[in-house]
Amino acid sequence: MNARGGIAAATSTEALTTEQPVGRSAGWWGMVMFVATEATLFACLIGSYFYLRFQHGGPWPPDGLTAPTLARPLLMTAVLLPSSLPVVWAERGIRRGQRWRLRTGLAVTLVLGVTFLILVATEYAEKLREFTITTNAYGSLFYVITGFHGFHVLVGLTMISWLLVASLRRGTFGAHRHDRVRNAAIYWHFVDVVWAAILFTIYLSPRLS
Amino acid sequence: MALTGCAGGAPSALDPAGAGAARVANLWWLLFWISVAVFAEVMALLTWALVFRRKRRVRVRHGQPLRFVVVAGAGIPLVILVAVYAVGLRDLAALGDGPGPDAPTIEVTGHKWWWEVRVQGVDGATANELHIPVGEKVRVRLRTADVLHSFWVPQLMPKTDLIAGETRETWLHAERAGSYRGQCAEYCGTQHAHMAFLVVAEPRPDFDAWLARLGTPARPPQTDAQRRGQQAFLQGSCAGCHAIRGTGADGRIGPDLSDVGSRWSIGAGAVPNDGGHLGGWIANSQTVKPGNYMPPQQVGAGQLPDLIAYLQSLK
Amino acid sequence: MSTTAASTPGASREDLARLEERWAERPSLRSWFSTVDHKRIGRRYLVTAALFFVLAGLSALAMRTQLARPESRLLSPQEYNQLFTMHGTAMIFLFATPMLFGFGNFLVPLMIGSRDMAFPKLNAFGYWVFLFAGLFMWASLPFGAAPNGGWFAYVPLTEERNTPGLHMDVYTLGLLFLGIATTAASINFIVTSLKLRAPGMSLNRVPLFVWAIVATAFMVIFALPALNVDNAMLFLDRRFGTHFFDPEHGGNVLLWQHLFWIFGHPDVYIIVMPALGIVSAVLPAFTRRGVVGYALVVFAMASIAIISFGVWVHHMFATGLPPLSYGFFSAASTIITIPSGIQIFAWLATMLLGRLVLKVPLLFVIGFIVTFVLGGFTGAMFALTAFDQQVTDSYFVVAHFHYVLIGGALFPILAAVYYWLPKITGRMYHEKLGRWAFWLFFTGMHLTFFPMHLYGLFGMPRRVYTYPDEPGWGGWNLVSTAGSYLLAIGLLLVLIGVIHAVRRGRPAPPDPWGGDSLEWSTDSPPKPYNFPVLPQVHSLHPTWDDASRTSMTEGATDDRILARGRQTLVTSELDGRRERTVEMPEASLQPLLLALALLVFFTALLFAWYPVAVGAALVVASTIAVWLWPPRRPDQELGVSA
Ligand code: HEA
Ligand code: HEA
Ligand code: HEC
Ligand code: CUA
Ligand SMILES: [Cu+2]
Repeated sequence: MNARGGIAAATSTEALTTEQPVGRSAGWWGMVMFVATEATLFACLIGSYFYLRFQHGGPWPPDGLTAPTLARPLLMTAVLLPSSLPVVWAERGIRRGQRWRLRTGLAVTLVLGVTFLILVATEYAEKLREFTITTNAYGSLFYVITGFHGFHVLVGLTMISWLLVASLRRGTFGAHRHDRVRNAAIYWHFVDVVWAAILFTIYLSPRLS
Repeated sequence: MALTGCAGGAPSALDPAGAGAARVANLWWLLFWISVAVFAEVMALLTWALVFRRKRRVRVRHGQPLRFVVVAGAGIPLVILVAVYAVGLRDLAALGDGPGPDAPTIEVTGHKWWWEVRVQGVDGATANELHIPVGEKVRVRLRTADVLHSFWVPQLMPKTDLIAGETRETWLHAERAGSYRGQCAEYCGTQHAHMAFLVVAEPRPDFDAWLARLGTPARPPQTDAQRRGQQAFLQGSCAGCHAIRGTGADGRIGPDLSDVGSRWSIGAGAVPNDGGHLGGWIANSQTVKPGNYMPPQQVGAGQLPDLIAYLQSLK
Repeated sequence: MSTTAASTPGASREDLARLEERWAERPSLRSWFSTVDHKRIGRRYLVTAALFFVLAGLSALAMRTQLARPESRLLSPQEYNQLFTMHGTAMIFLFATPMLFGFGNFLVPLMIGSRDMAFPKLNAFGYWVFLFAGLFMWASLPFGAAPNGGWFAYVPLTEERNTPGLHMDVYTLGLLFLGIATTAASINFIVTSLKLRAPGMSLNRVPLFVWAIVATAFMVIFALPALNVDNAMLFLDRRFGTHFFDPEHGGNVLLWQHLFWIFGHPDVYIIVMPALGIVSAVLPAFTRRGVVGYALVVFAMASIAIISFGVWVHHMFATGLPPLSYGFFSAASTIITIPSGIQIFAWLATMLLGRLVLKVPLLFVIGFIVTFVLGGFTGAMFALTAFDQQVTDSYFVVAHFHYVLIGGALFPILAAVYYWLPKITGRMYHEKLGRWAFWLFFTGMHLTFFPMHLYGLFGMPRRVYTYPDEPGWGGWNLVSTAGSYLLAIGLLLVLIGVIHAVRRGRPAPPDPWGGDSLEWSTDSPPKPYNFPVLPQVHSLHPTWDDASRTSMTEGATDDRILARGRQTLVTSELDGRRERTVEMPEASLQPLLLALALLVFFTALLFAWYPVAVGAALVVASTIAVWLWPPRRPDQELGVSA
């Protein structure tokens, strides 16, 4: 040890630990950029929907298909959109070091998210009787866009369950260490917001014409 | 100009024969000379640097000549570009200035890998060749039966793509009589290379005669060989794919052969149209134009000369 | 000429030993597969991309040989069509971008004074994915199942009913697979450049090359999704009977073109931008001054990145869209030449005020200017719809894009090869051999591609496997072919030069050129930890200013040595103020495992073994779960209250 050892000791472990709340972390930026590119992906899908719709001309949905009903999608919205709140609550909790809030919040979100996926399944069961992915371009758009979103919900739920499992173990998250919670939360909010765009595109827009 | 000289006789955009291509050729020369001037400027600066800024005793200057960069790199180009853009818009408008409502309308359908040609109001078809009257604008309506193609006659008119599921329109105009080579310019698969066609610009009476021929039955066989050839054609597999007006052969998979004897080529520019090549084509077109959609035909060695004789008589 | 002696750092011998222990990798088979060192990964990117370049280049030579004479029968149309498609696809996706990302990978951490990328494991993963995706696509060629729809794969030609077989499935899946690597690398570049810059490197002191990489990465983030959606829809159309592009069932074939070019046009700038960054990085060393108009050049890059998203329809000028939209896209395409003009004249001004040192890298930069400007002019011509409708899809376009791609990307890449070879390999190249390579390459390039302007105007369409003997076509094509052999010999000399340098080049000093950016203050090749002491940056040209340079020697404090772990510094986004120290990940096999699982996934999709694909997807998910699993720490360190 040379003379600088003293300074090093003074600034060691504690001072040099990672994830201290100074500025945005690399992980945060990484997640935000990832969400940005994913959001562009959805924008392209939704853009394709409107492009095909307006290039098609004539009634929409085409080929005598009925415009989607609103009851179930609104229920789905009512389940999914609020599911962001428990995540926020959980994240705030762990920032204060309250592990129980993290666990509870994640569990509630998990339940809401799974409910949403079950609703998607019932929606599909009904729609499939009328048209399928191969019926026409409308059918392809309908299932691919909602299915792609459903897949994102599934990925989000995997993250949430993963966090939940990790948080059940001691020694993982705390006031100084919760980068992963925050990043998963960002992703979940994104999945939520995209649903609003999809609700508008798939369910509301055919009625505006 | 120098460039045109090297390609005398080629279907060259720089050797325009009609209003559309002539506009673009003029535009090209404008752009060409501007490019020469700007390129000379860049080369002059580069040469200056290479000649005068290389010696060991050259003193490095640390200025930031931003005004020079902005004026030379943005200001002057902007002035040039705005002017050129205006000229370009005018030319685009001119290309959009098609024929009047009662001009002849030629309907061209792209197939992999040949062109079906019909004329609105005339009940008959031909392939890979279309005629226009000199000095008149003729409407061309473009559709495709399968994939995308692009209709391009460099000496007459820039390209218009054939879009699946849609109809596009362009027009042709030739100032002088002659044959102008056209070619599919959108990659359309295996034989995109052999999807050429010919535009024949001729005086109005000749054009009218072409129209008349297009609307009447094919020339009946005159000799015994031709008669045997027709029999072979009608009884063989040919008629399932090809039509010959007035014979009952009405296949639509391949080109209409009612005037095949007078065509400039076989297989949309694959080979010249003569007896030898025709025989080769019928026996096995896959060796001539690999991948095309006419399968090798089982034609008896005795029948082939008759078939050739018959097809060549269809003019 | 060397200004810094990297061997006398401000760190003590003990610190150096500790850094060595933390960062160095013992050469072993395992470390070969598990490394996360950005320098090794960067080198791999370079070598792999060069390999794909040679394959794509040899495909081009085969094409040129076929086209030497009219009516040639050397290649069947099926072979030719696969060759030109693979040539274009590989050059664009497997060579140009990865090669430039390879330089980015090697150089960005060095230029910003960091010890690695922000996400080293992600970086390793990106490389493996790139390698596997490239092999996935090339492997189809020997089986005659390579993509054959042209590099932009227009529907409906590429739909199942027109192109049965695996060809286009290889294309869609290969590009989706590769997209993962490109996206990962881009996020990594952005975050690295935002957060890992050495203290004091505020935004106005970031090297132009790093700016270029960041602008590129942003374009990738927003452009690539369009290609991915396009390819996903095509795959679904082909495999599962959807109708996105099928006009008979409500689909539309132009949707493909719009999405492709919404990606495709930004993509050409994705290729050229980092290359322009290379030019800005090479010039200072050989003109002995900084590039004129730093802020202007940054502004030019940013505006190109933005405007590039608004010009895509200029690739569809012959599809018969409404004239109004042509007017708009024509104007936008015209405007986008302005920022390029600014950069060209900024470099010219730099050369006019500096003192030129005419070494091989500068030769290639000059070759770049001559060639790229010519290519840019034809681009500006296409911006005029009327002119474009005449020359689009002819060899005139082929001439344009080889002038901009070879001028704008290959010349700078070769400049970069010679410029950074000493840093990357620690060896000097042979100057004379380099000059020969340059002149052969330069002559061959113009001999090959200049005549294409002519026969394009003379009416020769592109993508034809053979052509009739029209006047003006045959002769000039022969010239092109001869030129391409010359060009290939030039490139062969480059290759020989590199091998010669690695084998028996003279050892390189840390700073052979007197460069201005931080990589020149490290050893050649750099130590595994890059900098014994992380620099404190005081100017845009840190190696040229005393304060920045001495910050690495005298009075270096422990908080910039960070020898207690595998650590580097995180600073603030805008002005590079120190924020904290971060622990960097160790070598790991997870990246390779994850990439392998993805390879299995995409291969299974290709051959329709769907259960296998599901299995592979589960492996992917669990590998990620393990990878990110939080380490266990004492409650007191975590800060837990309940
Ligand atoms: C590195 C890649 C690269 C770059 C940098 C460019 C740069 C440009 N390109 Fe190019 N382009 C391609 C790669 C590239 N292109 C490819 C691959 C294709 C074909 C794809 C395919 O079909 O396969 C293509 C095709 C293409 C087309 C479609 C052609 C067609 O298919 O019909 C158009 C149309 O507008 C176009 C325009 C431009 C313009 C305006 C620029 C501008 O950015 C150029 C700007 C630069 C300069 C102008 C030179 C420097 C400026 C000065 C010295 C100032 C003075 C200048 C003036 C007064 C003009 N390009
Ligand atoms: C970065 C991009 C890039 C680069 C560098 C090149 C490089 C070359 N390209 Fe091409 N090219 C494209 C991108 C590129 N190309 C694209 C996008 C298309 C469109 C595809 C499509 O239409 O879909 C295209 C299309 C294209 C065509 C048109 C095909 C057609 O329309 O039918 C031709 C024809 O001549 C051609 C030729 C060449 C040649 C001769 C080279 C040469 O520069 C290659 C030189 C390289 C080598 C030769 C390999 C390295 C050699 C060695 C290391 C030496 C060892 C070997 C020997 C000495 C034998 N390219
Ligand atoms: C299964 C369909 C099919 C059958 C059967 C068929 N053809 Fe064809 N034929 C085609 C198609 C498709 C083309 C266009 C090929 C091309 O140019 O790409 C063609 C082209 C031709 C041409 C050239 C026309 C031109 O203008 O270029 C001739 C001549 C011809 N066929 C003659 C025959 C004869 C004679 C027979 C019978 C012995 C025959 N065909 C049987 C499909 C068929
Ligand atoms: Cu039809 Cu190319
Ligand atoms: Cu473009």
